[in-house]
Amino acid sequence: MTEPYTIIIGLEVHVQLSTASKLFCGCSTAFGSPANTQTCPVCIGMPGSLPVMNREAMALALKTAVALNCEIPRRTKWDRKQYYYPDLPKGYQISQFDLPLSEKGYLTISDSRGRFEPKPIRIIRAHLEEDAGKSMHDEVAGKGDSRIDLNRTGTPLLEVVSEPDLRSPVEARAYLDELKLLLNYLDVSDCNMQEGSLRVDANINLHIDTPEGPVATPIVEVKNMNSFRAVERALDFEAQRQYEVWQETGTIMGAPGGHKTTRGWDETAQVTVPQRTKEESSDYRYFPDPDLVPVTTTEEQVEAIRAGLGELPAALRERLQKTYNVTPYDADVLVNQGRELVDYFTELADRCGDGKMAANWVEQDVLRWLNDRQIGIGEFSVSADALAGLLEKIKGGDLTTSRGRDVLTAMLDSGQSVDAAMRKLGIQSVDQNELETLCGELLAANPKVVEDVKEGRLKAVGALIGQAKSRNPNVNPGQVRELCLKLIERM
Amino acid sequence: MAISREEVKKVSLLARLQLSDAELETMTAQLGDILGYVELLSELDTDKVEPMAHALDVSNVFRDDKVRASLDRGEALANAPKHDDECYRVPAVLGDG
Ligand SMILES: [Zn+2]
Repeated sequence: MTEPYTIIIGLEVHVQLSTASKLFCGCSTAFGSPANTQTCPVCIGMPGSLPVMNREAMALALKTAVALNCEIPRRTKWDRKQYYYPDLPKGYQISQFDLPLSEKGYLTISDSRGRFEPKPIRIIRAHLEEDAGKSMHDEVAGKGDSRIDLNRTGTPLLEVVSEPDLRSPVEARAYLDELKLLLNYLDVSDCNMQEGSLRVDANINLHIDTPEGPVATPIVEVKNMNSFRAVERALDFEAQRQYEVWQETGTIMGAPGGHKTTRGWDETAQVTVPQRTKEESSDYRYFPDPDLVPVTTTEEQVEAIRAGLGELPAALRERLQKTYNVTPYDADVLVNQGRELVDYFTELADRCGDGKMAANWVEQDVLRWLNDRQIGIGEFSVSADALAGLLEKIKGGDLTTSRGRDVLTAMLDSGQSVDAAMRKLGIQSVDQNELETLCGELLAANPKVVEDVKEGRLKAVGALIGQAKSRNPNVNPGQVRELCLKLIERM
Repeated sequence: MAISREEVKKVSLLARLQLSDAELETMTAQLGDILGYVELLSELDTDKVEPMAHALDVSNVFRDDKVRASLDRGEALANAPKHDDECYRVPAVLGDG
């Protein structure tokens, strides 16, 4: 990077936790139901109704917080965050203010393409809160009404807030990818951005070196980004925009006109545009929710959660590199596919005893098959054991790699074993005597080749391989070459 | 502890309450009286009293993650000042919530 500034980015991610029911009532959290069919007196704020905490939501939140290396305070509580908005029927959101369920964690990001050095991104806090509803502007009616659907109101969200430790849009993207992968491994959220189960807001500004010393541009919160790609682009755009505005106006953070503002990402125009902001945070008038009692967590509970996390992506990448001798890039590709695929890979690598070969086959052949059909490894009909059998035949010289691919395709198409698929394709392993007879015949029929080889032009032997294959398609080219050279040497 | 007229005005705006000048006057006096009364507590020595986040000495009240029947849509929408067959209707919301 040669820009005359440093980009400072912090991310706030809202993750919908995979519970069946809402955070404080029994309404379903299912996505896509008809509007306003999943509400009750609690989640639409009828007077006299009382919220009761969902045990599973708390468990999923704690699990995620522990995996994010957060400290878990012994005691946490619920606060009301007051603001008026039509999609917030109670007039306040139940959230956590001064005693969040977790704080001071970190998530380490790295890049297998080496665009930045691995580094921990500090997490300020991760806390639970309820989601608001959805407002839709009714453009068809043209009457200027907005329509409100409260199905989503009260859905459990975990808000994960990072320190402004990210130094480029690429790092921001890596943080989001790693966070999403972690959430997948933990099985706490489906992370579907289209359905709103993962939402990202970004805070960004620039630190610019000037002859008069370093200055900072006003912080901008960027919203409305519907994919990780959009986040990366919006931040790229915003950094450039802030630099240009600073060059033009010289406005810096804290100066008149230098307060924090909010901008929305316009996906069509690929620009950020100013947004009207809600009240300042000091006006939220948080106070403890008298309807909900505090939650306490013991050290033993936290340890039990930690013990039950399983192997997480970072540790898994390291193990694949160490145990199976795969490159950081390959480890990344495999781990990013999820736990199930990694299990398939390790079983394959263990059985065939060659991590690098197993990685190649999984990444090229298995993944291509899965991607073409939009299916998961669970639906891949050739077991790791069966594929290992095929790889052993290739290693043993019974099959070339390209013939091996044909066999795998036949196995997938017909559900047959390696041997049956090979028989079906007319492939038999050629035994040594057969091969020697064949090579002997070829040498007798091609004295010119023999002569060339004897004079040191070893390449000449290539002509024999084609002939050998046309006589018997099952021969292994490498073996033909080796055997012919050996026989010529003896002549 | 007195509260200023400006503070009451700000709080009423945040609470979406439209107060006339006369009401503002009354509210400023009444809120001032209430705050003054609560202020009496500061005469107590609370050095040895643990701060508490909740009036009840109860914690960890949970429910199981079970879906229960929701309200019928018609019933849920019934009390809204304005609604159609599916949604609540409100004056246009600009920007994004
Ligand atoms: Zn409900």
